[in-house]
Amino acid sequence: MPETTPKRSGRRRRPRHLLVHAVLLTGGLVMAFPFAWQLLMSLATNAEIQSVPPQPIPSRLHVENYAAVFDRLPFLHQFGVSVFITVVRTAGQLVLCSMAGYAFARMRFPLRGVLFGLLLAILMIPSQAYIIPQYGIVQAWGLLETPWAIVLPGMFSAFGTFLMRQQFLSLPVELEEAARLDGCNPFQTFWRVMLPLASPGLFAVGITTVLYSWNDLLWPLIVTTRETSMPLSVGIATLQGQHTTDYAVLMAASVMAMAPIFLLFLAMQRRVIEGLATSGLKG
Amino acid sequence: MARRRGPHRAGAWPWVFIGPLLAGVAVFYYYPIVSNAWTSLTQSGAFGTNQRFVGLDNYAGLVDRGDLGTAVLNTLGYTLIVLLGVPLSVMVAAMIELPGLRFAPLYRALFFMPYLAMPMAIAQVFRLVFNGDFGLVNQGLRALGVNASPYWLTTPGFALVAVALFGLWSSIGFNVIICCAGLKGVPRELYEAASLDGAGPVRQFWAVTVPMLTPSIFFLTVMQTIAGFQLFDALFALMGANNPAMPQTRSLVYLFYQLGFVVNDRGSAAAVAMVILVFVAAVTAVQFWGQRRWVTYA
Repeated sequence: MPETTPKRSGRRRRPRHLLVHAVLLTGGLVMAFPFAWQLLMSLATNAEIQSVPPQPIPSRLHVENYAAVFDRLPFLHQFGVSVFITVVRTAGQLVLCSMAGYAFARMRFPLRGVLFGLLLAILMIPSQAYIIPQYGIVQAWGLLETPWAIVLPGMFSAFGTFLMRQQFLSLPVELEEAARLDGCNPFQTFWRVMLPLASPGLFAVGITTVLYSWNDLLWPLIVTTRETSMPLSVGIATLQGQHTTDYAVLMAASVMAMAPIFLLFLAMQRRVIEGLATSGLKG
Repeated sequence: MARRRGPHRAGAWPWVFIGPLLAGVAVFYYYPIVSNAWTSLTQSGAFGTNQRFVGLDNYAGLVDRGDLGTAVLNTLGYTLIVLLGVPLSVMVAAMIELPGLRFAPLYRALFFMPYLAMPMAIAQVFRLVFNGDFGLVNQGLRALGVNASPYWLTTPGFALVAVALFGLWSSIGFNVIICCAGLKGVPRELYEAASLDGAGPVRQFWAVTVPMLTPSIFFLTVMQTIAGFQLFDALFALMGANNPAMPQTRSLVYLFYQLGFVVNDRGSAAAVAMVILVFVAAVTAVQFWGQRRWVTYA
């Protein structure tokens, strides 16, 4: 009888779960395989990478592939550009979106609904429809080949403002009234009272922006052509030779380009997944 | 009384708060969308000089040369394959969220990983895997007795399939996280009631999990369709700019990039951007209309 009653309280292992584990483990390994293979190949020689049949385990660990990355690429430059664009864009968005989101959630002013509607309309338009004029602007301002060209358009986010508005709408009004009675001006109320309470929203906007800035390809590819002005997401492509490719070095560079994001997300695992889930479900 | 919901009286303050964002949005979004629409109706010299109005010539040229049709078909084909990830992810999430399943956090992390990957970086290992001579895919095929294994990344047709498989792999992480989050909101009692009524696990999946997940499923279908229409990273990273199969494989956004920034035909590129806009707007319209019809909100 216990086999047929679908009671869920028991801690016993049931045969049904064995099948589930088999499926999930297979699927999970398919998901993880590219990372594992890239790591292994980053420690192999080119001959081992191209061997038939495949040779998964390198004869010895060719750590020198990682050192070679610094000779083939201005890796530190590109790493610096990636860090700069990620930090500036994320910080800029957090400040601008939380301020605007707060005003849209809590202040009354003429045209509030119209302006918010116009802002949301941006979300329905694909970014390609902005790119040519945006290129014209950063070119006219003399910013091509600088990290500012990569950062500027992305600092103003309709999506981030929308998320922050939702966040502020969910907070109690009474706190603001108390702050106002205590003599805070609107900025002090926002900065000292409301913003600290909005940290889940800030976190959701922050991680989405970090991930997007670090990995973004099309826009940085367009506004940078010199190897020293590129972020890593563009720079790695310059290692793909047209006729011969040093696969081992390419794999090592790829591992190094992805490592910072993986370490960051490993450090904040739980909150990241919650944050992404909120940003997704509210969007 | 009307003041109650907004504790701060109007005045200059709201503009201090929204001013910086609105200024940036006006410069980098509102002006560009108008300018792009205008640019799509013009042609200019190699360095943006002598811009002149040509009506719909850019659009007609794209259609006549067949570039637009190919790009639309490739984009749709890619999107359809990537959308297969949505039902897959629903099943995976339903298994991960089974009550009392051991190692659930490990599975969640494994399926989530592709979402973090930099497309340009992780594509490099897919280039190895799909390599015509020594790639694991072809070595596997040969072991199975398929001797005419293709050069995946340089053969039209096969290249799009390889890019789409890469896109499918990349999309699973986000899908699974959204479905898992959606399942957390499903009341346990529904499953208990279903099992009291004699529903087995498969029946419960169809009768409880899927209906309760319709908001997530709908959201993901819309998101992945829009993302699919904007295919660029996977194509560029996996195939490389000088790939001989690119003209037959390129997507709308790749065509936009090539016209706008490789051959510097800004007018035609702007026209392609307007076509992408129409596709995305159509999906958004379907979203508004369909949400009321198909989505069950608890």
